[in-house]
Amino acid sequence: MRATADFTTEPGADGGLTLTFRGPLLVSSIGSVDGRLRAVSDAVTAIDLGQIARIDTVGAWTAWSLSQRLGAPIVNASTDAQRLIAAVSGSDSNTDRIEAPRLPLFERVAANVGKFVIGSGAGILQVFGFMGQIILASGNLLRHPGRFRGNALFHQMELIGVNALSIVGLMSFLVGIVIAQQGSVQLRQFGAEFLTVNLVGRITLRELGILMTAIMVAGRSGSAFAAQLGTMKLTEEIDAMRTIGVSPIEALVIPRLLATMLMMPLLGVFGAAMGIIGGAFVSSLTLGIPFFAFLARIPEVVPLHDVWVGLIKGPVFGLIVATAGCFQGLQVKADAEEVGSRTTAAVVLAIFMVIVLDAFFAVFFTEVGWG
Amino acid sequence: MSCAPTPDTPGDFPIRVRGLKNAFGDFVVHEHLDLDVRRGEILGVVGGSGTGKSVLMRSIIGLQIPDAGEIEVLGSAITDARDDDDIDIRCRWGILFQGGALFSTLTVAENVEVPLREFYPEIDDQLRHEIARYKVLLSGLPAEATGKFPSELSGGMRKRAGLARALALDPELLFLDEPTAGLDPIGAAAFDQLILNLQQTLGLTVFLITHDLDTLYEICDRVAVIADKRVIAVGTIPELLATDHPWIQQYFNGPRGRAAQNAQERNAELLHEAAAIAQDHVAQDQTAQDRTVAPARGQA
Repeated sequence: MRATADFTTEPGADGGLTLTFRGPLLVSSIGSVDGRLRAVSDAVTAIDLGQIARIDTVGAWTAWSLSQRLGAPIVNASTDAQRLIAAVSGSDSNTDRIEAPRLPLFERVAANVGKFVIGSGAGILQVFGFMGQIILASGNLLRHPGRFRGNALFHQMELIGVNALSIVGLMSFLVGIVIAQQGSVQLRQFGAEFLTVNLVGRITLRELGILMTAIMVAGRSGSAFAAQLGTMKLTEEIDAMRTIGVSPIEALVIPRLLATMLMMPLLGVFGAAMGIIGGAFVSSLTLGIPFFAFLARIPEVVPLHDVWVGLIKGPVFGLIVATAGCFQGLQVKADAEEVGSRTTAAVVLAIFMVIVLDAFFAVFFTEVGWG
Repeated sequence: MSCAPTPDTPGDFPIRVRGLKNAFGDFVVHEHLDLDVRRGEILGVVGGSGTGKSVLMRSIIGLQIPDAGEIEVLGSAITDARDDDDIDIRCRWGILFQGGALFSTLTVAENVEVPLREFYPEIDDQLRHEIARYKVLLSGLPAEATGKFPSELSGGMRKRAGLARALALDPELLFLDEPTAGLDPIGAAAFDQLILNLQQTLGLTVFLITHDLDTLYEICDRVAVIADKRVIAVGTIPELLATDHPWIQQYFNGPRGRAAQNAQERNAELLHEAAAIAQDHVAQDQTAQDRTVAPARGQA
């Protein structure tokens, strides 16, 4: 049980009211008495600290601010209490600047909309600027191939590609199962269950293998790029690189971009293969198509250009995911919170752009006769 | 969050460390390290880079679990705590980390309010704001700084804001990790005076890690030297100078040590002269005025 502070007001020797504190006047005991103290408005002529057990700066502040408000002197203060009161007496009760200033609601909404619009415009310009930097840095690297960081490239390829194999494989396998199972239920109504092979083979190689992989890589690696580069920006590592004469674009961005562009088609083909295996697995269980017969029919029913479609989309999606991650990471300026918001932005932007471009590719390839 | 009540009769040694051992893998930082910190003193902790000064502080405040040994802080056994919540004396210490370690999404005043909110939720908003404000001013920051975010402050101001947060609960024990590192000499001297002032006013016990020889000479009551994985000597600087450990001799008798010592002697002489002159001229009435300063301000 904590001891609490208390006070009484009674007529003093000089005829006026004396406010006498009792008990310890500490941060731990002041909370319960503060509200009552603020309600005191009588003509108190003295504040007596003679009865208190102990005092700290919070107690000293309470007594001092009360004495300021009531215009009553503090009496019977011990030397400790006097020292503490002298220490806190430089302050006042003005508390407007505790929180960061906030505008009223209407102004805030309008201001935020305005900031968003201007920020979006500036953001588009910055993206172009960033792409320009990448092109310049690529040109420099082509002229001085010795500056290219092979180690970083292979390290990133391992992180982006090899380490993602298990999760991409498992996810594609499960998606293949779902497509084969749900597709066969619909196709059965036309007595065309054998077309499940066409369905699974074409959709995984052409669309889903690469699309699901891009989403997974955006979540795994795009977010990692943004967080890594953002943290490096905060700890001034990127500034340090620049002063040493190492271009952060060459050293950090290009290896990540290249590694993602190289690994995406490979992961996409791997994902498609796992999807087909998943479809074959379900077909052998529920449709009576033997596992290897399913696999053997794939080359007969899937035109070769479907594979090309998937392979062409891979590097493009990789470019989008890596650019979004690196760009957002390098935009970090202020604090830890911004690293988080930039990472989110990188993933959302990457997935959104990937799906928009996928729709564009679908129309384009059909128009050029690869339908 | 629980908070142990402050006993009315405090012990003599707020911090006791016995047989401390810390190791990272094969690398042993401390072995058989003993240290006692006396109540009400400013203890400076010195040692070469990498001798584990910060690790010692982290062990004492329960952030680093030692491999062996016992640590007692304010009568509570830190090394026996299995869980963060077992350490119930957190409301009685304040810690200033090297970089300030302010919460970056809160303003300076809100940073100071965090421990108050956590331990004493019954304090209402107005009083808490007032407390935060006087703590910030007490730490030597201007009043405008209360509403600023840590990213808007300079390094020295961040340290002061960190000190304000460390002092938020009027702790008995203050841990300072290199408070003057990275400050300009004027700022560092002012910071030293501030710590000394607060320590005398609030009766704090201060555990101070530093490389700053001026700080050691100006404000530390005793100095503990860490070398060879343990505390090799604790004492006042003259006592340490009397030992013949090569590192201590090199540390205090190197060019920087000499300069700091000379500066301190000069200061002491000047102070002495000034005091003598003052005594001659205004002896009686000055002391009488001193006694009535605080109550007189109440009437203003």
